[in-house]
Amino acid sequence: MAEFEPKIVAFLCNWCSYAGADLAGVSRIQYPPNTRVIRVPCSGRVDPMFILKCLQDGYDGVLVSGCHPGDCHYISGNYVARRKFAILKTMLEFIGIEPDRVQFSWVSAGEGEKFSKVISRVTETVRALGPADKMVKKEYRE
Amino acid sequence: MKDLIDKVKTIFADESLDLVIGFERGSLPLRGTPRFFETVEDLDNLIFDATCNNILAKYLAGEKKRPGGPRKIGIIAKGCDARAIAQMVVEDQFPREKLVIIGIPCGGVFNTSKIRKALAGRIPDGYRTEKDVVIITGNGFEITLPRNEILQNNCLTCQHPNAPQFDCFIGEPAEPIGAKAHFAEVEELAAKTPDERWAYFTKEYSACIRCYACRNACPLCYCEECFVDRINPKWVGKGTDVSDNFLYHIVRTLHLAGRCVDCGACAAACPLDIDVRILGKRVEKEVLERFEYVAGLDFETPPALAAFREDDKEEFIM
Repeated sequence: MAEFEPKIVAFLCNWCSYAGADLAGVSRIQYPPNTRVIRVPCSGRVDPMFILKCLQDGYDGVLVSGCHPGDCHYISGNYVARRKFAILKTMLEFIGIEPDRVQFSWVSAGEGEKFSKVISRVTETVRALGPADKMVKKEYRE
Repeated sequence: MKDLIDKVKTIFADESLDLVIGFERGSLPLRGTPRFFETVEDLDNLIFDATCNNILAKYLAGEKKRPGGPRKIGIIAKGCDARAIAQMVVEDQFPREKLVIIGIPCGGVFNTSKIRKALAGRIPDGYRTEKDVVIITGNGFEITLPRNEILQNNCLTCQHPNAPQFDCFIGEPAEPIGAKAHFAEVEELAAKTPDERWAYFTKEYSACIRCYACRNACPLCYCEECFVDRINPKWVGKGTDVSDNFLYHIVRTLHLAGRCVDCGACAAACPLDIDVRILGKRVEKEVLERFEYVAGLDFETPPALAAFREDDKEEFIM
């Protein structure tokens, strides 16, 4: 059987992490191809419900990445997001869903190298956890 | 009770209130029922005891939408009511100047389904309290139950039996029941393995019929349109998939994170006795430890998730 290849959704903020991904691309930095990127205006735009919907729809992991604290294009979007994500992580952990399936990072537009490392790390972490089996909707179960 | 009625009558006249939201004796035994008292004479029926378990703060949301604006309201407030009211005021859901919060000490309220189980089909006609036991009487029977076994679970861990904010307080402030430590239930469950916790929540939530009674009973769920009612995008599936039950309960708790006052209205409303509180309690603990915030203690501090500090802990971020 082929090795399990996780499917991961990455919500990247338009101003930092998406540009960071772009930089990783133009710099020809190699990283695993397991992520599907969704560009969002700000990490604060990411409703924790989006993350849960991804888990429901059969994705094995979710990454949310935004600007470093203090660098938010909208001044405080990432600060508010940080609080929301802390609570979401707590809840997933408490319910018994592996909290490592959901990851957060700060990647600036200049950190192409860091972006590739984040993606590699998230992919490896989720690969080690195996396919998502909790909270997946019936129609997405294999 | 006479004393309570007289004092509320005085407040009604002094503050020229249009309405007092309180309780009267319900049509079922051992049930107090919410009542809008619109005249001083009505207030003769006012009661407050352990059978008054509804959360009166819930009615403010409806009053706010009244054509011509809200009336001047006096509201009988247990600790949890008062906190829910404070939270609504903070969130701009009700004008503070239209409210007279009448604080009363609360010794915990009965959980109707626990009583129903203890009665096993017998019909009660009254009860009396002696020390730590409640004696329920009916036609040809009398059963004695430890008080802590028939109170709502949230009352057992309640930290605020008296209104933290009020305009007038009637009676002597009550001591917390303290039957359990504040987060005892959460710690009990947290001590189990993740798989055991998953099994616990699966068992609880798979019973959920998504009647949304917990949402409707919640004083702080006042959105005009709830995410579960949206058709496009359809956030929550309409089928029987337990995954959608999880989504509903997690997101409901998320929306109440840092706002929930643990009044227990959700658990009391649940027709299937699902443990709908515990997840919110875990979040309450996290909010307290991480953001040092307790909901509903004053009229100024914004809820934890509507605020931030630059030095919030971020150990979970890569």
